Amino acid sequence: MNAANYLYVSALLFTIGAVGVVVRRNAIVVFMCVELMLNAANLAFVTFSRFNGNLDGQVVAFFTMVVAACEVVVGLAIIVTIYRSRRSASVDDASLLKR
Amino acid sequence: MINLATSLGQTQTPEAVMFWILGPSAVLAALGMLLVKKAVHSAILLAWVMITLAIFYIAQDAVFLGIVQIVVYTGAVMMLFLFILMLVGVDSADSLTETIPGLRPIAITAAIGFGGLLVSLLGRATLGRQMVGLTVANTDGNVQELAKKLFSTYVWPFEVVSALLITAALGAMVLAHHQRTIIRPTQREQSINRFRGDSMASAAGLPGPGVFARHNAVDVPALLPDGSAAAASISATLKARGDVIDSRIFELSEVDTSVEEEK
Repeated sequence: MNAANYLYVSALLFTIGAVGVVVRRNAIVVFMCVELMLNAANLAFVTFSRFNGNLDGQVVAFFTMVVAACEVVVGLAIIVTIYRSRRSASVDDASLLKR
Repeated sequence: MINLATSLGQTQTPEAVMFWILGPSAVLAALGMLLVKKAVHSAILLAWVMITLAIFYIAQDAVFLGIVQIVVYTGAVMMLFLFILMLVGVDSADSLTETIPGLRPIAITAAIGFGGLLVSLLGRATLGRQMVGLTVANTDGNVQELAKKLFSTYVWPFEVVSALLITAALGAMVLAHHQRTIIRPTQREQSINRFRGDSMASAAGLPGPGVFARHNAVDVPALLPDGSAAAASISATLKARGDVIDSRIFELSEVDTSVEEEK
């Protein structure tokens, strides 16, 4: 098997995640799709680290994981706050500024 | 120009078998995540994708990242997701109707374009040399070599990330903090209100929910001495949720209480 296949999987996962962010309306599912995109990028980092024979890619992937963890904590807190005030976790319902 | 497919090295057979089993399953699970209606099912499929990626990391000599992936993502992050899902309401299925007309076809077209671009780019890109592999870079062990990088070259980003973590924790606390709009009544005030209120009915506290042979649950009202149901014995939360069993079926007039006389 060609080692570049990991990159194809990474590209597909990233694309699927991007579609999910646009199409899905439940804020939590949108969030999970963002996580999927971050994970896909991580897979590309790890694969390129193997191609190049140094560990910098893995260090960057490690930092991405930390940033993703921060993002999840803050994002879910925001979702809970929105849910508390509007009783809905749909991204379309939080459009108060439009009206 | 040689493309990536021929310039890179080939992997061993076990890794290829692993890849061809797990790779398609990961992509299918990700697609399923888009298509399933319930958020909980999405979460489970995402957990599967993350475990697959962890196995990919370990197969690619990134042992530390693979373990961290399982511990942090499938352990902590997915747990947090499921926790919030339970909090926000599991049964709130996502309505799949489009609010913006034509959004879905546009999104799918854009995705096919974007994905096609990425894949065709990868197919034509070239590294110009063979794959190096991580056997040399991992001579002292993956964790040790990563630590060397992390605490020398990347020590400044490492410190910045720690500041980011603290900020995120603080931010979550600020967001989750709920300002009280009314002052919480003290025990003394509650007691005074109970005895100086309109009626003394609740002076000794509200009645507890009923416990019957047929139902032994908090959603069943207690029966008053005259056989009617005590509405105050059910928690207000259950009432608001609509999880209360209709109290009338428990009233003594409805229940057959006649005992056949033995002769």
